[in-house]
Amino acid sequence: MKMKKLSTLSIAKHLALIGGTVIMVLPFIWMLSTSFKPASEVLSWPPKFIPDTWTLENYATVFKTAPFVRFFLNSVALSVFSTICVLLTSTLAGYVFGKFSFPMKNLLFMMILATAMVPFETYMIPLYLRMVQFGWVNKFMGLVAPYLVMSYGIFFMRQNVHTTIPDELIDAARIDGLSEFGIYWRIVLPLLSGSANALAIFSFMQTWAAFIWPLIITSSRELWTMELGLGMFQYRFSVDLGPINAGSVLSILPVMIVFMILRKHIVKGITLTGMKA
Amino acid sequence: MKQPGKLRQIDKTKRQRYLFAYGALIPIIAMYAILRIVPIAQNVLYSFFNSSIGNPMAEFVGFSNYKELFSDNLFAISIKNTTIFAVFVTFFGVVIALLVALMLAAPSKMSLLYETAFFLPVITPMVPVAVVWKWIYDPTYGLLNYILSWFGIEPIGWLIYPQTALLAIIIMSVWKIIGYNMIIFLVGIRDIPETYIEAAMIDGASRGQIFGKIILPLLRPIILLVTVITTINSYNVFTQVYIMTSGAQGAPGGAVRTLVFDIYENAFRYFKTGYAAAEAVMLLLIILVLTFLQFGLGGKEPKKRRHAAS
Repeated sequence: MKMKKLSTLSIAKHLALIGGTVIMVLPFIWMLSTSFKPASEVLSWPPKFIPDTWTLENYATVFKTAPFVRFFLNSVALSVFSTICVLLTSTLAGYVFGKFSFPMKNLLFMMILATAMVPFETYMIPLYLRMVQFGWVNKFMGLVAPYLVMSYGIFFMRQNVHTTIPDELIDAARIDGLSEFGIYWRIVLPLLSGSANALAIFSFMQTWAAFIWPLIITSSRELWTMELGLGMFQYRFSVDLGPINAGSVLSILPVMIVFMILRKHIVKGITLTGMKA
Repeated sequence: MKQPGKLRQIDKTKRQRYLFAYGALIPIIAMYAILRIVPIAQNVLYSFFNSSIGNPMAEFVGFSNYKELFSDNLFAISIKNTTIFAVFVTFFGVVIALLVALMLAAPSKMSLLYETAFFLPVITPMVPVAVVWKWIYDPTYGLLNYILSWFGIEPIGWLIYPQTALLAIIIMSVWKIIGYNMIIFLVGIRDIPETYIEAAMIDGASRGQIFGKIILPLLRPIILLVTVITTINSYNVFTQVYIMTSGAQGAPGGAVRTLVFDIYENAFRYFKTGYAAAEAVMLLLIILVLTFLQFGLGGKEPKKRRHAAS
């Protein structure tokens, strides 16, 4: 889309965009700068964006007061485990729904899709009670349980199976004597790897940011995730803002790094998951 | 001799295929049953019961949870707050995102920078962002009151009073979602064939005409989709409310009470399972109405919005 540039309009446009950019980025800069300020400067008035003296003491305080290493590892475990499960279940079900015909196929697929319309918050109570029954409250399995399957993932993978895997290829593999599981593992899975990447990033980020379920299902700090730990400790540090900002920086850092490296994939993944499929 | 043998061969591969298909699907369907389908049904069921400890179906009470709900002041406040939140976040979240996307439509050297900036809040998890905004809104040391003081505005206790707290959370939430909607609009705008616009320009159409007569109609389905997704997600607002406005350790009586916050408190603080389930059913009904509204208006299949808690 090209339009002839009217210079005043163009200037106004860039001013608006620069203004927007500043508003978008300012809270992050504020967080970063506060995390490096000594306690005496944190509450200085007027607020300063650049600390007079830079210090790492807030980061030390965070690690001393809260088991942030533990929280971090919990978040990594939760996100990695659930992402692997989502990838396996989505590619497997997507492949079966895309390439096989069997009784009740459409009914089952519609059922899976329909659950995607129901927000988690409307069934978290019975799910919690089920976890109580399983003895999974305050257990890793309970924490990870809701994130093992993703309706959207199955839908997305089914579409990709349709578009990227020709029937002839599967038939040829069958004639060559490859087992059904062998076809999935050696042929389908590698061909789906591109879209699996997009799904993996999406799933990872969504689980990393999870809050209400970890809040409900965990009772001891040993299982808290980064997000939950930060949410809980902000009350403890509510008079001491340096450490809490340091904690925020630490919880954002992994996501930022992933974003910077995989920016293209993420944007693609989000636009795909948002609408196209 | 040969034919039956070949048939058996076909039968065998067919059996193997069924075996694989069902073998793969059964565990997944079982997970769906346990983690999604049964809980969704149970939630509706539980809403007709009063619970006791360890038993969500201790006493059948018919619609009495719902009757109680409709005379409950806190529920009324929750519905009102959540609706105001959803309406404002959706309106500004869609309009601003559309404007930004239009400004970024023609790729330039700077557009990657702008896009990244607007996208930053989207990829950041809600908790750290809510923690920072909580401090930006601080009445004594907050950045916002400092900036407002340049214009001679007296300090405001943003998160202390219900009205300003709701406004504060709306602003912060709009800030967080603009980038997401913008990216979707951007894809839609960049998909519009250049020839349409060039043809219109040759015909002497003004910028306003090009926007109103070409871009807007072509974007209509996407705008509708984004509007519905944003509204639905807004109805589920919880994390930022919990972090920014509830007192120490999420103490009851926070300044902004939203639907999911109320469900959370009733279910997990007061253990009124049936009552909270009835509230959750109301939330589900609102979401379903919005979803079917989209079906009806756009004739487009609803796609995923969110699969689980965030």
